[in-house]
Amino acid sequence: MSLLHTVNKSPFESNTFDACLGLAKSGSTILLIEDGVYAATTGNSVADKIKNTTGINFCVLGPDAQARGIQGKLAEGIKVVDYEGFVDLVAEHDAVQAWL
Amino acid sequence: MKISLQINEGPYQHQASDSAIQFTKAALAKGHEIFRVFFYHDGVNNATRLAIPPQDDRNITEQWVALQKEHNLDLVVCIAAAQRRGMIDEDEMKRQGKDANNISEGFRISGLGQLIEAGIEADRLVVFGA
Repeated sequence: MSLLHTVNKSPFESNTFDACLGLAKSGSTILLIEDGVYAATTGNSVADKIKNTTGINFCVLGPDAQARGIQGKLAEGIKVVDYEGFVDLVAEHDAVQAWL
Repeated sequence: MKISLQINEGPYQHQASDSAIQFTKAALAKGHEIFRVFFYHDGVNNATRLAIPPQDDRNITEQWVALQKEHNLDLVVCIAAAQRRGMIDEDEMKRQGKDANNISEGFRISGLGQLIEAGIEADRLVVFGA
């Protein structure tokens, strides 16, 4: 069973990204939305965690990254999706878990 | 595919309502069915028809109502969460002996069973929250 995890808070504000990363299973996807998009940026302590994680797909919601002016600072290997891509991810996975 | 949404956060609080509206539009555009949108916790405040946001700002309740009219969405407000926060419709106003009501057209008040049903009947339940 593949899960889509959504994380909507900055990793510098809340521990939901860490909690999600610790429990997400191989083959699942973590989609960063709202302030969660800050986890997708380079040059901070979170970037290495994503780099060192294998088996999990990382996506970031493009409009939310753009709204925060970080579209040029996204780490490699993180796929940028729009809202239609968000809907596709929901459909492609068996269930959605929101980390609030 | 049938998709249900749960909104746990009030409008203008952070971004949950805006995210949910954008998601709903994209899902409908892709041909999916929105089975129900359930407003829970502070999310019930999305249903007030008395909010007057500044003219250059978005009106979140009106956006929900417009979507509801165009796609016949089932917008359900949790009754227990609503009553705690002073969100009541005309029937509840009469029943509780209050002097006003504030639930917008397009929304209906119901119970938590509607959330359970939304989770069972839809293929996916997507939560937007605080």
